[in-house]
This record gives sequence, structure tokens and C-alpha cells, in this order.
Amino acid sequence: MSQPSRFLLLIGPLLLFLAATYLVPFLGVMRWSVTLPEPGLGQYRTALGDPLVLTVFWRTLRICAVVTVSAVAAAYVITLLWVRGSAVQRLVVELCILIPFWISVLTRAFGWLALLSNKGLINGWLQSLGLLSEPLTLVRNEFGVIVGMTHFLIPFAVFPLASAMRSVDERVLMAARGMGAGRARIFWQVFVPMTKPGILGAGLVVFVFALGFFVTPAILGGGRSVMVAELIYLRIFQSPDWGLGAAISVILMLAVGVLLAAMMRQVRQGASK
Amino acid sequence: MNVLRPGPLAATLALLVAVFLMMPLVAVIPVSFTPTRYLSVPDAEWSLRHYRALVENPAWAEGAWLSIRIGVVAALVATGLALMFSLGIWMLQPRFAGLLMGLALLPMVAPPVVSALTLYFFLITLSKVNSVVAYDTWAGVALAHAVMIAPFAVVLISVALAQVDRRIDLAARSMGAGLWTRIGRVILPNIRFGILTALFLTFVLSWEEIGVTLFITSVDAVTLPRLMWMGLRDNIDPAIAAISVVLIVVVVTVVLARTAVARSRARRQARA
Repeated sequence: MSQPSRFLLLIGPLLLFLAATYLVPFLGVMRWSVTLPEPGLGQYRTALGDPLVLTVFWRTLRICAVVTVSAVAAAYVITLLWVRGSAVQRLVVELCILIPFWISVLTRAFGWLALLSNKGLINGWLQSLGLLSEPLTLVRNEFGVIVGMTHFLIPFAVFPLASAMRSVDERVLMAARGMGAGRARIFWQVFVPMTKPGILGAGLVVFVFALGFFVTPAILGGGRSVMVAELIYLRIFQSPDWGLGAAISVILMLAVGVLLAAMMRQVRQGASK
Repeated sequence: MNVLRPGPLAATLALLVAVFLMMPLVAVIPVSFTPTRYLSVPDAEWSLRHYRALVENPAWAEGAWLSIRIGVVAALVATGLALMFSLGIWMLQPRFAGLLMGLALLPMVAPPVVSALTLYFFLITLSKVNSVVAYDTWAGVALAHAVMIAPFAVVLISVALAQVDRRIDLAARSMGAGLWTRIGRVILPNIRFGILTALFLTFVLSWEEIGVTLFITSVDAVTLPRLMWMGLRDNIDPAIAAISVVLIVVVVTVVLARTAVARSRARRQARA
């Protein structure tokens, strides 16, 4: 058997499979965006001009920015202990990262409902302690969405941060100490700058994930703080406007593509340095 | 020597994050024992009614069984295709390997909602020509899940292959082994563990998949996550708490067992 035919035999099936189930149908979605309800770019004009859609875009960007910063900061703290802590600390932290990671997004969103809703645990405690007379609205708003998404995304930020922290050369830290730097100074002026690629990588992973997030905002936002993904769902299934839903999907895909291309460039530059 | 051992401040902050991560999982437990029909915390009376509901309402068992069937089929299809693809890339090292890899990983990096809409388009198009692999059928869901999880299998198997010593394959080839002998007798035994991990992870991903499933099912193919979604959206049903506790117990058991096995293996290796 010749080289090219073996090549096709092994590599071909998955590529054909994805072409048939993903690439071609995505072209179909793109066609929807320029043909429904009538041919033209009207849906893109609506998507980029309609105040309602723009509100959703801005809300999505705002929530994603907050979630990215809080998830990466929380992940940095916990990863530091995972990588550099004592044996017991490492074990505890590892379990607290892995267990939530394997639990489904629905269970985790439900847990937050149980904690944050008006009759939930947090309001119950605060009221029984006499600190509150009226329950706080902690869920079915932007706050609930941010908490739930941060919770979901922390483990995804941990893995890139851990690999960055593990690759820090121990001798550099020792040199800093040898030259008289204190612990705080070693941390802020040596360790943190050396893990900067990991911070950027983690931030980008979290941001890209958050952009297309659907389940957590839909449950914890309670239909009140709709994000882009939920808007697409609503346009397809509730107020059938397939063209607009498709156009927003194409815009979202482009945005993520640009972000990923920027990340690849960053990685390649980092590697060539 | 550990120059930068985390101090008390770092340890406290990390502990707070750990509590934050575990909090919603713990919160589910008391809620699952509530005697009421709505989401609440039991004060005096603890009840097992929601666990009984899981057993008595056949929808839960049906949903779980459907999710298992879909997960097994999707994991086998995805891992099989990913295995062939990764083997091809590893053995033949074609030009444009990076581009081909990017193509194979597309469903993983694209926003889930875009994948969901794409697969919705795909399945309603298929529905026009057949009723087996179609919108709102189990075979349709299995196919869509296979698309979504195949990239994860590609990543895991490629990582396993990257650790195989190329020289053993070259040795086999120089002694006259054909393509299939090299794959079956030399390479596959070396990546056994990676293949099993891929099967396991892809099954779990399909078992909990909800984003795409919401777009491609309505009333017939109700998987377990889809059933939970319905209980979460309308009136919050405490039975969701009961099923969540069951799932959490399974995950905690598996993670603890895996950690224990990994530690004892590490200890044995350290001694040897």
C-alpha cells in the first residue's frame, strides 16, 4: 500500500466525520444568517445596531471580564498552594480542585441556587442571626451569574497556572534570596513576573470559555441577565428568528477565532524567545 | 529546597478559595432532605421523600439508562476515530499536521452554543431524510455527542503517543513489520492507558453534556441532564438535590480512590 492511501485510511475518517457533521452544517448556519427571513446582511445590521442585542453584548463582555479576573486571581492563590505548599496542603487543595471539576455544571449551578436563593442557606443563616429582615437578592441577577461562572471556571484556570508555576527555575528564586530579597519581594518581583505567560494563558482560556457559556447564566440569571449564548437560544427556540440567532453565532465564532489566533501568536512568540 | 513556601496569609486565602469551591456541593446535601415540595432547608424534620421519588418516578431511571447508552456509543465512536487520526498523525508525520490537528480540535475550541446551533442544523437536516439518526432521537444525540467529545480523545491519545519511544517503532519496521503489525503489536500496547483514559473521559463528558443536548432534543430523547434542566428551570424540584447528592457521592468516591491508588503507586516507586 502506498504512503498516501495509508494516510487517508487513518487520518481521513475523523476529518470526513467532522466535515460532514460540523464544517458543512456550520456553512448552513452561515447561510441562515444571510438568507432568513430575506437575503441580505440585514441580520448583521440588526445584531450590531439593535440596542437590545447591543445591551446583551456589553453585558456579556462585562460579566466575562469580571469572571476572568476573579477566576484567575482565585486560581492563582489556590495553585500556589498546590504547587509549593506542604504535602498536606497539596492533598487538600488537589481534592478541592478535582472534585468540583468532575461534577456536572447542572449540579454546581443547583448548589448555588440552594445557597443563594431567597429561601436558601445564606439568607436563612443571616436571617436567623437577626442580621437581615428581608432576604438579599443574590441570585437571578448578575451577581449570581458571576459567582456561578467564577466557580465553574476556576479549575480551568488552575491547569495552565500550575504548569507555569512548575516551570519556574528554582535557582532563580534562590539567587534572589541569596542577594537578600525577602519573601514578599521574591514573590512579587520574581515569581509573579515569571508566571506571567501562565496568567495570560489562564485568562484567555477562561475568557473564551465564558463568552459562549450557556447553562450557568441561564439558571443563575433566571432570564433577567441574558448573555449572548442564551440570546441565541431564545432567538432559535422562543421567538423564532433563526436568521438573527445564526448571525449572532457567526459573530461569536469570529470573536473567539480572533482571540485564539492572538493566543497562538503569543505562544509562538514565547516559544521563540 | 522550597524557597517560596506559602506563608499563613497565602494559606488562608487558598483555604477560602477551597471553601468557595466546595460550598455549593455541600449545600446540596441538607436541601435534599427537605420534607417540602419546594427548595428549602429542613429545620426539624428530615425526609427521604425526594430520594424515594428518584426510585419511584421511572423518568429518572429512564433518563440515566438513556444517558448511559448514548455515552457508551458516543465514547466508542469518538475514541475510535480519534485513535486512528492520532496514530496517522504520529506515524506519518504529514505536512500541515498542525492544521489537521486544529481542524480536529474545532468542536472543542468553538463556543459551545455555536456548536449546539451547528449540530441542531445538522440534525434537523438529517430529519428530512430519515427518522433514526435525527433531531430528538437517541442516535442523533449520540452522534452529536461524538462530534463534541472527539477532540478530547484526540488530545489524550496524542499526549499518550508523544511519550512512546519512536525507536521501538523503527525497530519493528526495520525487522519487516507491516503497518498493522506495528500498530497492533507495538504501538497500541504502549498507549493502552491513554486509550482507556480517553474512553472514560469521553463517556463522562457525554454523560453530563447539556449545552448541545438542549438544542437537539425536545420530548423524546430526555437524557439525565436534560431531565435535571427541566426540574431546574420551572419550579425548582428538590429531587434535583437528591440526584445531585447521588452524583456527588459517586464523583467523590472515584476521585478519592484514584488519589489513593496514585499515592500508593508513587510510594512504591519511591521505594523501588
